[in-house]
Amino acid sequence: MSILVNENTKVLCQGITGSAGSFHSKQMLEYGTKLVAGVTPGKGGTDFEGKVPVFNTVTEAVKQTGANTSVIFVPPPFAADSIMEAADSGISLIITITEGIPVNDMVRAKRYLQGKPGVRLIGPNCPGVITPAAKCKIGIMPGHIHKPGRIGVVSRSGTLTYEAVHQLTQLGLGQSTAVGIGGDPVNGTDFIDVLKLFNADPETDAVIMIGEIGGSAEEAAAEYVAREFTKPIAGFIAGQSAPAGKRMGHAGAIISGGKGTASEKIKAMEAAGFLMAPSPTELGTTLQEALKRGAPKKNR
Amino acid sequence: MKIHEYQGKELFRKYGVPTPRGILALSPNEAEAAAKQLGTSVVVVKAQIHAGGRGKGGGVKLAKSPAEAKDLAKAMLGMKLKTIQTGPEGQTVHKVYIEEGLGIAQELYLGVTLDRATSRITFMASKEGGVEIEEVAAKHPEKILREAVDPSVGFQDFQGRRLAFGLGLSGPTVNKFVQFCSALYKMYVETDSSLVEVNPLVILKDGGVVALDAKVNFDENALYRHKDLLEYRDLAEEEPRETQAKEYDLAYIALDGNIGCMVNGAGLAMASMDTIKLVGGNPANFLDVGGGASKEKVTAAFKLILADPNVKAVLVNIFGGIMKCDVVAEGIIAAAKDVQLKVPLVVRLEGTNVEKGKELLRTSGLAITPADNLRQAAEKAVAAAK
Repeated sequence: MSILVNENTKVLCQGITGSAGSFHSKQMLEYGTKLVAGVTPGKGGTDFEGKVPVFNTVTEAVKQTGANTSVIFVPPPFAADSIMEAADSGISLIITITEGIPVNDMVRAKRYLQGKPGVRLIGPNCPGVITPAAKCKIGIMPGHIHKPGRIGVVSRSGTLTYEAVHQLTQLGLGQSTAVGIGGDPVNGTDFIDVLKLFNADPETDAVIMIGEIGGSAEEAAAEYVAREFTKPIAGFIAGQSAPAGKRMGHAGAIISGGKGTASEKIKAMEAAGFLMAPSPTELGTTLQEALKRGAPKKNR
Repeated sequence: MKIHEYQGKELFRKYGVPTPRGILALSPNEAEAAAKQLGTSVVVVKAQIHAGGRGKGGGVKLAKSPAEAKDLAKAMLGMKLKTIQTGPEGQTVHKVYIEEGLGIAQELYLGVTLDRATSRITFMASKEGGVEIEEVAAKHPEKILREAVDPSVGFQDFQGRRLAFGLGLSGPTVNKFVQFCSALYKMYVETDSSLVEVNPLVILKDGGVVALDAKVNFDENALYRHKDLLEYRDLAEEEPRETQAKEYDLAYIALDGNIGCMVNGAGLAMASMDTIKLVGGNPANFLDVGGGASKEKVTAAFKLILADPNVKAVLVNIFGGIMKCDVVAEGIIAAAKDVQLKVPLVVRLEGTNVEKGKELLRTSGLAITPADNLRQAAEKAVAAAK
């Protein structure tokens, strides 16, 4: 098992001929990912590295290769269009790495996805998803720091995910699946979606969730964990030392109803049964402690 | 990107959102002439800075004659205006906006921004206009009316009516309010705004609906398709190092500590600052060099950090995913030589090509203190800064 991706995942890369797309496609192939197709409009009929066929459209690529998952490296102005193309072409999991997509483009793309049940978007602006046991790495994370195992990792931040994985691996704790959900204001999959999948996955024993200041996704996740989560869980919030100062107008504060500070988030997560890491250098050891302590108690 | 009130109102007028008549003034004489030209018995003199809370800070004043407008402008221009949003050092006023006085019957609040929880652009309105709006939101969230917009059809009139009647409006004012909201939504979407706030929105004694204030922010990721809006940028309102950082596409925020930080990824950058604080130090900045940084970008980041005279030590923390450690190491070495580094430098590298990177640093001949993990790196940097 594992979540989201496994040994049967057949990946196509949108933007495979761009600089980031080609670099990371090579890395994915080296790791063992089943990368079966690439899509770059106008370059259909060519191939990548002599082994991956390139198509003009996602529809064609899916028809010819049976790809079920797409990873997107398309530049920001065209990325939302690529997400919708994938969703309309039979792809069920869309992992968008692209950073800097205009917010209004994502608002429209997300609305479009609501009319496509069975399609899941991860990201944008995320490192991707990796299941080490299935040799399936879809994204930009350094493969060698991962190790097959039974810990689930979910994070809003890219490099901080690597930090968590690295610490776990050094302690001998491998990962079932590590998921970066991305730090953009509009994203496809939130903490709760991923926690539900980990909760139901028999090959995941415990989870570490890494959040950061801003928004209210962590508070919402804490409510879910308090209600339904049945496995040991550790957490961390980045930005505890960030100064409150520089702010936008009132609307940002009003829309989140006073949520979003590090201390609010930590309080909510602790109350829900998370064991919180006191510093980013204790992510691995805190998860170890959480494993010893067991699943959070439910009050009902 | 933030813009001034007078620029926001220029955009409002372009989209048919009613505003008072107003004239920008750069000197007391211009302020006097503007007041005369407007010709109302009362004019308002408003300091133009990129921060809210100006009224309470003394940046918005009434003048009963052009001579008084001149005096008020004289006092405001060049002053450091301190508001709850400027920080303790305040912001210098370079421009004032002279606006006609209006017969106001009621002040309301209207804000438009993205609600992250629903991924929808959302209107928020309240009877409680003015600066206390955040307190209202925290203590009485039920007093804030909300309308989330479906992006496939845009803002609908019924949503405007729901807000208008919820605010207790009646008569012809209801339809004026609906038109106001529709025009504002059109502007929000077509300019790729990230925030449009009208605080206060006023109902006039004659039933008219007018934007008395305009706070507009744009989504920086969408500016590539709005070259015309770039003209609104005011460099005098930005921290010079933050402006420089933008040129190299680096995310930089100046802080008041003495340990310069260079990190890849916003989350890891914040985590590094957290660690510095935990071991008793104080970060001089937040700096995210981003995912795909080149040697040139790393060099620029380095120069930026060292331009801050408070920096007594530098901490570099790079976890290479997209970024390869050897490329980072080359950048560090080039920059350190280029700027003739005089403060201690602590470097922690991890991830792709880490051994190559460490080897380059070791053989560079530079006095670089290596660290194996984040905590050790922070401790070494804090010790070096003392």
